[in-house]
Amino acid sequence: MSKLVVTAVGPVTSVQDGGRYGAQRYGLTPSGAVDRLALATGNCLVGNPPFTAAIEIGPFGTSFTVREGKVRVALTGAARSAEASRRPVSFNRSCTLGDGDSLTLGAARDGTFSYLAIEGGVNGEPMFGSLAVHARAGLGSPFPRPLQAGDVLDVEAATTGAEHGIELPGQDDGPIRIVMGPQDDEFGEATELFLGSEWKISATSDRMGYRLEGPIIEHLHGHNIVSDGTVNGSIQIPGNGQPIVLMPDRGTSGGYPKIATVMTADLGRFAQIPVGRGFRFKAVTVAEAQTEARAMADLLRTLPDRVREARNTDINDALRNANIAGTAVNAFDSGTWQT
Amino acid sequence: MAAPSLAPPRLLPSGDAAITVEFGRIIDELANHRVLALDRALAEDPIEGVTETVPTYRSLLVHYDPVRIGFEELAERLSALARLPVASAAPARRWRIPVAYGGEHGIDLEDVATALNMTPDDIVTRHVGRDYRVAMIGFTPGWSYLSGLDSSLQMPRLQSPRLLTPSGTISIGGLQAGIQCLAGPSGWRLLGRTAVRTYQLHRDPVFLLEPGDAITFYAIDGKQFAEQDRAAARGEWVAQLVTS
Repeated sequence: MSKLVVTAVGPVTSVQDGGRYGAQRYGLTPSGAVDRLALATGNCLVGNPPFTAAIEIGPFGTSFTVREGKVRVALTGAARSAEASRRPVSFNRSCTLGDGDSLTLGAARDGTFSYLAIEGGVNGEPMFGSLAVHARAGLGSPFPRPLQAGDVLDVEAATTGAEHGIELPGQDDGPIRIVMGPQDDEFGEATELFLGSEWKISATSDRMGYRLEGPIIEHLHGHNIVSDGTVNGSIQIPGNGQPIVLMPDRGTSGGYPKIATVMTADLGRFAQIPVGRGFRFKAVTVAEAQTEARAMADLLRTLPDRVREARNTDINDALRNANIAGTAVNAFDSGTWQT
Repeated sequence: MAAPSLAPPRLLPSGDAAITVEFGRIIDELANHRVLALDRALAEDPIEGVTETVPTYRSLLVHYDPVRIGFEELAERLSALARLPVASAAPARRWRIPVAYGGEHGIDLEDVATALNMTPDDIVTRHVGRDYRVAMIGFTPGWSYLSGLDSSLQMPRLQSPRLLTPSGTISIGGLQAGIQCLAGPSGWRLLGRTAVRTYQLHRDPVFLLEPGDAITFYAIDGKQFAEQDRAAARGEWVAQLVTS
């Protein structure tokens, strides 16, 4: 058994996995990683099942120190500078950190959340089959709250020093695709404004919901409806006309009309849009969204087949993997890269 | 056969992995009754690919895996189930739930009484004197929304919601009554507090109430509340399950 000590951390960094399902009827939201593809990619790189618990790292700088043995890890998701005891660490590639090594991560440069997957996962006591942190419900293990400096995580010791890379298909950077409804009939002409406008994610967003900034979307009949159920990606329009996209820590029901829903396959990509960057929505049919959902499920299922052994010194491989991953183009900090 | 007056539900996509089966757009006992009937039908005879269901006042949210079943097929099968006759409305279970009313336990009781031209005792009498049903559980774990409030107790919600209300709060908002489990924000009027924890980890069951359960309240004093709160912390239900 090795230990991973959190030496510095910003807000919204927590242990997350595939989430807990089956109790939404009791008001318990699923939680889990906001970018499931990035979580699964990291886990496959260290030989774990895709939705094993990993550390979901928020947009700010974070550092860890390894104690009592070696750990094998992989970084995925939002690109940021990363070095382990002054050596650069590339994204979308596994590596082994030695006893006493410090892993230092900068602020997210392209995206919002990165994932640190660890061979063997994070040791903890699952509730409803999940270690995912959901602080409001007192759930999450080993800590039922976001990580704090000084926290010590028990992790498995590395079983191999092998390094692996992964080939991922290029990521779409087009508009975020949505299925209209279930309450789009509460809006009328405002629907055109919603679909035709550029939106930005507000800095007041969190894992409950991403608040959007853009034109005011007016309701036809007021902003109160009788509460009904929500899903990840539900786009609520509250009284101020500024949409809120519900994320995995959402309330399971809500009383604002929902104009549309982000399709499953675009949820992770949406979650990674940096604060302040403009983006647009595009309406697709349920059938189109389901075709994409099945393609995403296929990709998740075949991730382990895409993992390749990488030679420790093969810089070209690392660069290629970083580029193929799309969001990780800037995975190397140019400063540290040259040392 | 279902009564001919029953309109078929609307089947609305909530993205590519959930369908909202909408029986009505207002709070209505019949709509909620049909929601719970469809929920039971799906529990008794599951459809392959449906992963979980979330009943609310007026709709059933059906989560599914689009790899295993498509929207059109699921919508068709849900429509067919929703056309089946609705079984008797007899609640599955009845609970008696103790409430410490007023004072520090229910800081809005006096104001509600004043606004409605009643005494605080009148409010308590009308609140305990009803047979409620759990219409839905939602928002946060264990937050139980009840139907059956005495319409003379109808009050608008607060203009500005409180950011923090205590765990176990018993409150009313519009025509709804509620049992809140966790401390959190609320714009409802706080009448009292119960030691009953509708959600408690490491207790069997973790969730005490089910949608469709029947609820009655009875009044206790602050001393009893404190005793029951300690019992609840030890994992006791505190709520009484009434066998009929």
